[in-house]
Amino acid sequence: MMDLTPVTIDVGVLVSKTVTSLHSHLVTRPTGRAVRLAIEAQMAGSGAQSLSVIDLSDVTILDFSCADEVIAKLLQGYLEPDSPEAFFMFRGVGESHRDQIQVVLERQELVAVAESDTGVRELLGVIEAYDARVWQLLETEGPLVREDFERVFPEPSLDDVLERLQKRRIVFQSSISGQYHALSQLVDDTL
Amino acid sequence: MNVFSVPTELDHQAVDQVLDTAGQMEIERMLFDARHVRWIDPNGMVALLAAGAELKKQGGSPRLQLPDNSDVLGYLSRMGFFRQANGIFELLGRVPKRVSRLSDVLLEITSITANADVHTVIDDVQKRAGHVLASRLGYPATSVVQFSVILSEVCQNIVEHAEGPGWVAVQAYNWTKRLGRYVVVISVMDIGRGFRDSLNDEHSARYGDRWGDSTALEAAFLHGLTRFPDSGRGQGIQQIRRQVQRWDGSITIRSGTARIAQVPEWDITDPVVDGLKSFPGAQISIILPAVK
Repeated sequence: MMDLTPVTIDVGVLVSKTVTSLHSHLVTRPTGRAVRLAIEAQMAGSGAQSLSVIDLSDVTILDFSCADEVIAKLLQGYLEPDSPEAFFMFRGVGESHRDQIQVVLERQELVAVAESDTGVRELLGVIEAYDARVWQLLETEGPLVREDFERVFPEPSLDDVLERLQKRRIVFQSSISGQYHALSQLVDDTL
Repeated sequence: MNVFSVPTELDHQAVDQVLDTAGQMEIERMLFDARHVRWIDPNGMVALLAAGAELKKQGGSPRLQLPDNSDVLGYLSRMGFFRQANGIFELLGRVPKRVSRLSDVLLEITSITANADVHTVIDDVQKRAGHVLASRLGYPATSVVQFSVILSEVCQNIVEHAEGPGWVAVQAYNWTKRLGRYVVVISVMDIGRGFRDSLNDEHSARYGDRWGDSTALEAAFLHGLTRFPDSGRGQGIQQIRRQVQRWDGSITIRSGTARIAQVPEWDITDPVVDGLKSFPGAQISIILPAVK
């Protein structure tokens, strides 16, 4: 269906493997940096396009410094012009993580797809209300082609919105079929 | 010999006397006379350590005359005060033996010099904080997460910015007379470079003649400025302020000659105080009250 390479990354396991001492809590900036570098190392062989699921289910405490390193800086790094086209979905995002993630994403004007510990998918960070509605349609009804969107969102700005959602890496368009996919559907299909 | 008579009630309101004195006294043969201390909280204990450590750093040999009151001595022991004080003061008086590590203490005095110490604090506080926050303050069970995040960020301030030693301590008290409810008191102090020096290279120019300890505190406390160019930095204190406000708590930061505070209605602390006696580093006090 598509040429994305799926990767599942359990941050709870990664943090205990990566940090010198075993820490069940994602706190302090150096810890976050170490975890981010480990994630990037795991992704290094993933090719030009990849989809990663970052699992926070086993993380009890996530502070702002760590959230900035593990989430905001991770996303930011792959939005650089020469970077591989990497897509991320954050899984196991509980109420105890949500505020910290929202704050660090807002600060960098980023957006991310988050799946709660009850399986609900939502966008965290900064997103226009209209863009969020377009994403939500894809999330609930996708995969979709452009005409499917147009029936619900006939406004001329639709193409701009779809392009923006792709650029922000929260929507994937297959170069083969032209269909748009929500990241959650790709995860369900490929992992 | 210089003798400083430690206030009988050494809490967040009285620590300025300790810090003012330590910042100005001759370093030779400084004696902190704590014989008459009847009450001491984490701010008082950590301030004594900071004052003694600063004098020692300057080449002095600070001495501490221990309190006469056995309850105060026992409490200092349970809070781990003597373990930290041993390397700083010559202790005059009999140090009580620690009977057991099990106690009512929320977080013993812990020195912070590296990020690993922050992990230790967060691991330790998990054991007791949830129960205390729920049973004493009436906070929801999940509040231990926000509480831990506050502690983590405020302790990281020492490692990331102070470049000097620091300490943290936390305890719950029943403020029956003052407030009619329980509070949790968090004290974090260091004797590092302080806010002004930390921000000086990056931000002093834009403030011109106004640049000083109070403007540096305003820059960090109110505007989230940091010496790092990275835009992801500087949010720690902002988020601490926000969470403390949600809990109707107070937060004060003293650094250099100034102090800045975010005060709720129940607190009479001035929002900004300038012209204090100079003391290095930063001294942070957070008070979280029980829900009404």
